[in-house]
Amino acid sequence: MARKISYKQAINEALDLEMRRDPTVILLGEDIVGGSGAPGEMDAWGGVLGVTKGLYAKHGNRLMDTPLSESAYIGAAIGAAACGMRPVAELMFLDFMGVCFDQILNQAAKFKYMFGGKAKTPVVIRAMVGAGFRAAAQHSQMLTPLFTHIPGLKVVCPSNAYDAKGLLIQSIRDDDPVIFCEHKNLYGLETDVPAESYAIPFGEANVVREGKDVTIVSYGLTVHRALAAAETLARTGIQAEVIDLRTLSPIDWDTVIESVEATGRLVVVDEAHPRCSIACDVAAYVAQNAFGALKAAPQMVTAPHTPVPFSPVLEDLYIPSADAIAAAVGKTVPHARAA
Amino acid sequence: MSERIKPIVMPKWGLSMSEGKVTGWLKRPGSKVAVGDEIVEVETDKIAGVVEAGDAGTLRRVIGEPDTVYPVKALIGVIADDDVPDAEIDAYVAAYATGAAADGGEDEAAPRYDFVETPAGRLRYARRGDGPHTIILIHGFGGDLDNWLFNIDALAEAGTVHALDLPGHGQSDKTVKEPGLDGLSAALVGFMDALGIESAHLVGHSMGGAVAARTALNHPGRVRSLTLIGSAGLGEEINSGYTEGFIAASSRRDLKPVLEHLFHNPATVTRQLVDDLLKYKRLDGVDDALRALGGALFAGGRQSAVLADALKAATTPVLVIWGESDAVIPAAHAEALGDRAKAEVIGEAGHMVQMEKANRVNELVRGHIET
Repeated sequence: MARKISYKQAINEALDLEMRRDPTVILLGEDIVGGSGAPGEMDAWGGVLGVTKGLYAKHGNRLMDTPLSESAYIGAAIGAAACGMRPVAELMFLDFMGVCFDQILNQAAKFKYMFGGKAKTPVVIRAMVGAGFRAAAQHSQMLTPLFTHIPGLKVVCPSNAYDAKGLLIQSIRDDDPVIFCEHKNLYGLETDVPAESYAIPFGEANVVREGKDVTIVSYGLTVHRALAAAETLARTGIQAEVIDLRTLSPIDWDTVIESVEATGRLVVVDEAHPRCSIACDVAAYVAQNAFGALKAAPQMVTAPHTPVPFSPVLEDLYIPSADAIAAAVGKTVPHARAA
Repeated sequence: MSERIKPIVMPKWGLSMSEGKVTGWLKRPGSKVAVGDEIVEVETDKIAGVVEAGDAGTLRRVIGEPDTVYPVKALIGVIADDDVPDAEIDAYVAAYATGAAADGGEDEAAPRYDFVETPAGRLRYARRGDGPHTIILIHGFGGDLDNWLFNIDALAEAGTVHALDLPGHGQSDKTVKEPGLDGLSAALVGFMDALGIESAHLVGHSMGGAVAARTALNHPGRVRSLTLIGSAGLGEEINSGYTEGFIAASSRRDLKPVLEHLFHNPATVTRQLVDDLLKYKRLDGVDDALRALGGALFAGGRQSAVLADALKAATTPVLVIWGESDAVIPAAHAEALGDRAKAEVIGEAGHMVQMEKANRVNELVRGHIET
């Protein structure tokens, strides 16, 4: 366990291990090899940020560099999954979903239902999400709520390397379509990761910090902002519990409710836009199901209802900050000094 | 500086521990303490425990503040006789802080674990000490070598200690080729062969006790003594709620109450302990290994192998240790060997008695091995 690897390496390792274990696992995507057929392909870049680097040398033609046509290759991956393969398609940026949304919304998500449970579609669509990478409005969005809205899809968004590996392995082994969201600003983050294969079950939130005064629920990058806020709050005597949802569909309501029943206060942090977000979803569910436990109105800390700014100054302000989270906690705790 | 002044320091429980939090003092400043008295409660990110007095005297200084984190080896209290002047103690405390800072990180370079190839697969182990007695520590079902974190260093003062991860456990290979006592015993003997250990004192906990006993019966020449702690193999009863619950649990919420069966004080089960076990249980092959072992050793809530009669007929010296409130295997099994064994049932301890009452267990094991 002493071995530390990055979030990016953990994803690469999960793909490698599952390709070794199961010959039906194949990878498709734009530039995931990086110039297949050209000289130097064995050592090519491996995706825009190098997540799939080295896999072509190990698994050869089970990786396919596709044409720049998301509708074609996402559709092909879904069709291959329906025919018995376990494809992992890389959509590069989740922002590109618009081009291939019918394949996801009306095909992959519906097969099991429309074929009376007899069809399975074990496809994984990997994509980068999130702001802070100076990649502008079309490559920086946190579009997770668009997918959690759709029955038949599973939606995963890990916050660290250990979870990234175990959740990706589970995604590949799962028989339903999974949207696997990788926060591009977490790629370099290192944590302890076992070298062996392991799968983290879906619908199991992780309590990353225990506390008795307030529950902070988040996922992805903002889990780390929530932890920073909890650290600051601890100095003022407020013990915050921080829950990392890990998977958004299915979502672990039990852990959230159990925590709020103990703390009586809820702050939900979501990098998505405020309307119809994961934050709204969690706040509404808690208000409806644990109203009696609440000592204060649930607070939401989200990105604003604007496109992600290209101005670095504005982009940094756009993502929920530890200060904003601590201030939201302050609104739920009487007489607290917001840090 | 007087040798009559004895430090109480933040203990190092296991190799990964670098700091611990003082959670509360069980003795007031000025109270008399005897060796083995519980003095101060400490919590690490892995487990909560109690520091026991290593020296007798009066608790003259309480330095560690509750709810404050201190590095390992930091001075958190002072024991001295009543006639030692206060000024001398203050000087000791002032000088201690500098001393601790100077030798920080001395053992950081030592490797934490090794691996060895055996016929039963690649096994992880830790080795401590270099004394003449060779001691092997064998954990129980679902455990690993870290179950001995309060024992391994203390026992290393008496000999060369090896603690291994059995097949299917810890960081050893997850395939259990022969899931039964004979198979696990063969794995242990293979481990001894691979490390060139001709014979050893075997200390086994729970299922590991039954493995040790099976080995003493199969290969009496290779086992110098047996210490059976909360051991399997001495009677039929076993708490299937624990064994089956442990196998089935896949979430923190399910696993935590199961783990609370292991300890006299359920508060010992920290979030990190549960998380570490969940991380182990999620590894490919572990579920199959645990189910295979569970099926072979305690299907239907009964232990399939009771070795008590065979052990009575054998000659290997046996020490039996049990926690009085063991909720997994009843403490009544401590009597199963009658006069054939030394037996001690320790109060205020559960199945993990070697963790909850580490000082007493270490003392008993050392006494047993050294006679």
